[in-house]
Amino acid sequence: MTEELQAETGADEVRTIYTPIADTPTSYLREPEGAHPPPDFEGYKSTALRHPKQPLVYLPQTITEITGPQLGTLLVGETDNDLTVQHAGEPIGERIVVSGRVFDTEGKPLRGTLVEIWQANSAGRYKHRWDRWPAPLDPNFSGAGRCVTDDEGRYQFTTIKPGPYPWGNHYNAWRPAHIHFSLLGRAFTQRLVTQMYFPGDPFFPFDPIFNSVRDPKARERMVSSFSIHDTVPNWAHAYEFDIYLRGPGATPFEEEH
Amino acid sequence: MIFETTPSQTVGPYFAIGLPFDVGPFVVPDGTPGAIHITGTIYDGAGEPIPDFLLETWQADGDGHFADVHGHGGPSQLDGFRGFARYGLEDGDGSFDIVTVKPGSVPGLAGTIQAPHIDVSVFARGMLHRSVTRIYFADEVQANAGDPVLARVPVERRATLLAEPVEGGYQFDIRFQGPHETVFFAV
Repeated sequence: MTEELQAETGADEVRTIYTPIADTPTSYLREPEGAHPPPDFEGYKSTALRHPKQPLVYLPQTITEITGPQLGTLLVGETDNDLTVQHAGEPIGERIVVSGRVFDTEGKPLRGTLVEIWQANSAGRYKHRWDRWPAPLDPNFSGAGRCVTDDEGRYQFTTIKPGPYPWGNHYNAWRPAHIHFSLLGRAFTQRLVTQMYFPGDPFFPFDPIFNSVRDPKARERMVSSFSIHDTVPNWAHAYEFDIYLRGPGATPFEEEH
Repeated sequence: MIFETTPSQTVGPYFAIGLPFDVGPFVVPDGTPGAIHITGTIYDGAGEPIPDFLLETWQADGDGHFADVHGHGGPSQLDGFRGFARYGLEDGDGSFDIVTVKPGSVPGLAGTIQAPHIDVSVFARGMLHRSVTRIYFADEVQANAGDPVLARVPVERRATLLAEPVEGGYQFDIRFQGPHETVFFAV
């Protein structure tokens, strides 16, 4: 994937690492319409009462928005990037490695940034008191992980492939298998929560959350790719998922809109 | 821009297994002199409390410094100041309670001064993207009058961004719809 990116851009600076202080942007690009799902999406019923109805007010990016929490390794415990070793026994399911890099939209990797994940077990059940559907809990699987990206912006988790699960949105509604991802980035402005999907999931056409992203190419950016390269012989198959956060704006102080 | 951003998706109903952490509600360590509680409730469009929200805040300390490693605004001198709170419960009732210090004024764009404020992100099942708002303080009348961001908000809606003084701190409710809908921002 990285080689492809370089080939596409032909630019060495794609691999350039940020110097945290000198290279921190003083503004971030405004995102185009349709980059994210609409706040009110008819197919996903719970959005109806949970979105602002008044127009959003334009917030200039001040110092509060271009800075952000830097938790570093504060929250990261020793086994937090391996969800298969957090209990006495091994969890049941397909052992997988999920890895990738966190970039901004200029292609610069974000190092030292917190990546948090949570997910259902292999049967599609979350270890959460309100998840009550009749699939088994796994005493050896909690389903939460954390890590911090390395100097190349890379993160890696070992986990169990989550199962799909039913939900009450409409008749025979099922969520495609997914892993939730949360990223703090470098700035309040870059904060992102998303979901990583698996290639070729048969539930894609029927899932309003996946399809709330209206641009098919944008949807593809939420789908991981199988990686034979990262697959560990006799141990775990692998998926690669790169994440792109908003990049720097063109000028230090954006114009009024 | 060479690449497009990864699209946002909802945190869903089960984020509590992964995101909250023990000291998440504490922007400053418990017992910090001058610490205040900011409490409130988040309401949906039917006026019902939203039990399964995740709230995050980001702010400067009392001197206007951020706990930011990138050098913007100068480092905070306040012991243990993270500038950041995260509040979300497996079994919530719609209310939140964070422990922090009142932020100081910080620079705005083009030589302006911003009144004390806290940036807020709200995530929940049914929200495909976070909602961003700001907490200002009702007792900062003069500073609020000169704030360049409040100046962009229609006068009749500004009160929705003002936290009211209460015993031990401030109260700030968030309403997603209805006649008193909170002002949300495009950042």
